[in-house]
Amino acid sequence: MASTSLKFAIVGGGLAGLAAAMKIAEAGHEVDLISVVPVKRSHSVCAQGGINGAVNTKGEGDSPAKHLDDTVYGGDFLANQPPVKRMCDMAPQIIYLFDRMGVPFSRTKEGLMDFRRFGGTLHHRTAFAGASTGQQLLYALDEQVRKWEVGGKVTKYEGWEMLSLVLDDHQVCRGLIAMNLQTLELKAFKADAVIMATGGPGLIFGKSTNSMTCTGSAVSACYQQGARYANGEFIQVHPTSIPGEDKLRLMSESARGEGGRVWVPRKDGDGRNPRDIPENERWYFLEEKYPAYGNLVPRDIATREIFQVCLEGHGVAGENQVYLDLTHIPAETLTRKLGAILEIYEMFVGDDPRYVPMRIFPGVHYSMGGLWVDFEQRTNLPGLFAAGECDYSIHGANRLGANSLVSCVYGGFVAAPSAIDYAKNVERGNTETNGIYDAELKKQREINDQIIKNEGGENQYKLHEEMGKIMTDNVTVVRYNDRLQATDDKLRELQERFSRISINDSNLWATQAVPHARQLWNMMQLARVITLGALNRNESRGAHYKPDFPDRDDENFMKTTIAEYSDEAPVLSYEPVDVSLVEPRKRDYSKGKAAK
Amino acid sequence: MNTDQHREKRRLENPSAKFKLKIQRRENQDASATWETFELPYRRNLNVISALMEIRKNPVTVEGKSTTPPVWDMSCLEQVCGICTMVIDGRVRQSCSALIDDLLLESNSDTVTLQPMSKFPNVRDLKVDRSKMFDHLKQVHAWIELDGSYDLGPGPQISNEVAQERYAYSRCMTCGCCLEACPQYGDDNYIGPQAIAQARLFNMHPTGKIEIEERLNGLLGDDGIGNCGNAQNCVQVCPTSIPLTRAIYETNRDVTVNALFGWLKK
Ligand SMILES: Cc1cc2nc3c(=O)[nH]c(=O)nc-3n(C[C@H](O)[C@H](O)[C@H](O)COP(=O)(O)OP(=O)(O)OC[C@H]3O[C@@H](n4cnc5c(N)ncnc54)[C@H](O)[C@@H]3O)c2cc1C
Ligand code: SF4
Ligand code: SF4
Ligand code: FES
Repeated sequence: MASTSLKFAIVGGGLAGLAAAMKIAEAGHEVDLISVVPVKRSHSVCAQGGINGAVNTKGEGDSPAKHLDDTVYGGDFLANQPPVKRMCDMAPQIIYLFDRMGVPFSRTKEGLMDFRRFGGTLHHRTAFAGASTGQQLLYALDEQVRKWEVGGKVTKYEGWEMLSLVLDDHQVCRGLIAMNLQTLELKAFKADAVIMATGGPGLIFGKSTNSMTCTGSAVSACYQQGARYANGEFIQVHPTSIPGEDKLRLMSESARGEGGRVWVPRKDGDGRNPRDIPENERWYFLEEKYPAYGNLVPRDIATREIFQVCLEGHGVAGENQVYLDLTHIPAETLTRKLGAILEIYEMFVGDDPRYVPMRIFPGVHYSMGGLWVDFEQRTNLPGLFAAGECDYSIHGANRLGANSLVSCVYGGFVAAPSAIDYAKNVERGNTETNGIYDAELKKQREINDQIIKNEGGENQYKLHEEMGKIMTDNVTVVRYNDRLQATDDKLRELQERFSRISINDSNLWATQAVPHARQLWNMMQLARVITLGALNRNESRGAHYKPDFPDRDDENFMKTTIAEYSDEAPVLSYEPVDVSLVEPRKRDYSKGKAAK
Repeated sequence: MNTDQHREKRRLENPSAKFKLKIQRRENQDASATWETFELPYRRNLNVISALMEIRKNPVTVEGKSTTPPVWDMSCLEQVCGICTMVIDGRVRQSCSALIDDLLLESNSDTVTLQPMSKFPNVRDLKVDRSKMFDHLKQVHAWIELDGSYDLGPGPQISNEVAQERYAYSRCMTCGCCLEACPQYGDDNYIGPQAIAQARLFNMHPTGKIEIEERLNGLLGDDGIGNCGNAQNCVQVCPTSIPLTRAIYETNRDVTVNALFGWLKK
């Protein structure tokens, strides 16, 4: 085997990266697995709800074809349909495999896997393990990959951050450069192919529901080296998250499902205890504006309304928050139905939502956009593949709940054989390529040196905050062209100020200042892709909503946005969407097919 | 939230406008530890992490001395990844779910004290290296041996009861609280309760059982399960309430039974 054994580098050890690592190791090849955090602590642990697959154990006649329909409809017909079909076909096998790996899925009386219903479908299609499905799935893959680590096929580099690709003269990817986060040592990883699996870019918006590792920095580096970035403007915002000083924590939709009412005090800035505010001084704005659906309007509408109310200054205490009130429901009912999620609120906010109205606000949650890949998870750079939240392929303009975990594993399972195929046939060009590693190492070292040397008094964390604020204000829920333009201007100003940051850490051992500065630069680049993609798309589709262009415009915009890097600004072009399997139709929430 | 009675959450009454964060600093593994104190404006929903983020922006001590930003680990900020664990006011726990208000109330003081975990190599400030815990998972073969990851249909039928019991063990986020609190753990002399509980997780599974001997062997060395002194500190600090002492008890029983059969086989 050894003589034919190929070498792969995988960046990221969430569901997607681990899925790919397992498949490559199983095929007898070698993997360097590079991750900022120990892979078992990747962001995938945060997923609570579940994983979709049309296993049809409930006699409902569910099928992969219906899963496909729900997914492309929920995605507002912006996803190429063939890979979605392939994912939906593979989904039941993926779930069965996790079952064999020992994931403690919730069970039926007969001892079979149980399935629940989720947003955007009429079927019981979501397998779940308690209230921490993502954690359980990630652990299962982590265990399998640990076995391959013991078996010598996988070498982990945890606490290493990928900085750039190593490309040869023909833009062929030959490996990457990563930085040890303790020593700041830079190392070149040679590989026959590289798979990116670095997750979402939520931190571009400052605070989001994402983990602190979700900077999008690594894919931004690829983009700046010539990889195409697709549909960047499609950012999913969840209507109800718990605003924290440090992050936004998800509050499940089921709180509204069980009768939660959304309101703000009628008087702006009313600082009274909410329980002392009488009924007639409360503004139940969703119930008032949508008498038929009330608080249970679809997710995107709820998100927009809450956002707008706060933007106009009517939020609780003038801040970006509204009440989500359950206190009219008997406490024991709430404990029985919503216990686990209310505990999260209590743990982090310190109030018991059974007696005190929760304060919530929409939170950036998921990026449908990502690195452009073809149907075999290949990016446009030969030798570079992508899988998971960092690729754009499955969810179109909007992602359905519980569809991400399955798309991550699917992406990893397709990327692995695809990368192996490629690597078997690629010319090594040993002599030709040896110097490229040193050249790239030198370049990256110089960037670090420059960051360490810079003086000028700008504070990197404040720049990050400024970027997060303007992105959240203007490039999330409701988008206006003039504000998008102003945001891009601001981003360029921030980029200019970036050259004047002085890192405030004189101790370079395990410093977080240098890595953060590098992430910040990359985030700014990606922020421009997101902003300008939104500016250019004059329609409303899925998560992208412009009041000045309220309708979906299939003729002009049923197209994938493609951004390519140039020094001035991202160059945008458009590619038709493959809708060969399900004919596009209008997405109409009033008929009950809501999206999660 | 165990009762249905609303006990109004106790909060600081008339909190003072400022509070202090006393942080144990260490430049690197070889340096000695020092202390620095920072003062911050009090806000009601501040947790330890947001306080640290605030300091990181502009690290100046209460004495007005400019210093380096404290270094610590964080990721999920939801108490599911385990990375942010440290010793807060003498107790080991996750810093993302530690609210300043609660801490000040509990200690009845104006200061919160932060230290790195003491049972793991200290990298810098509050950051430690817990890679040993992942090595322990290798030692106990904490996985299920598959024929392959290709499609072979579903796994074995399992009662919901067993699934729930396994789920409780499977929530272990490798945070290390139990090891920090265990009087027996330290200097590589004892593998500790976390790995034992993970061995139990797989020994309980119908397919996992097949490999039970491999797993138990990993627990029979000098650093094995025999070192547990049954102090039960571990179970008290585990943030996800993993039944650690039960895992130890049941694994000990498995060891006895297995030794018996192993002897009969000879
Ligand atoms: C609160 C929350 C709840 C969710 N619930 C659900 C749900 O119920 N169902 C569902 O289907 N989806 C859910 N999602 C979405 C889903 O969790 C994510 O989309 C998915 O886990 C992403 O997995 P991934 O493998 O792509 O990346 P991640 O799990 O994010 O992993 C990224 C990896 O890349 C590494 N990395 C990043 N940058 C670098 C770098 N520069 N160098 C080296 N390594 C790097 C990280 O260390 C990490 O290992 C939820 C998301 C959130 C935020
Ligand atoms: S019971 Fe005591 S000695 Fe045994 S693992 Fe727990 S804390 Fe350590
Ligand atoms: S058993 Fe509990 S305390 Fe120990 S590592 Fe796991 S989660 Fe942490
Ligand atoms: S940051 Fe993940 S547990 Fe605290």
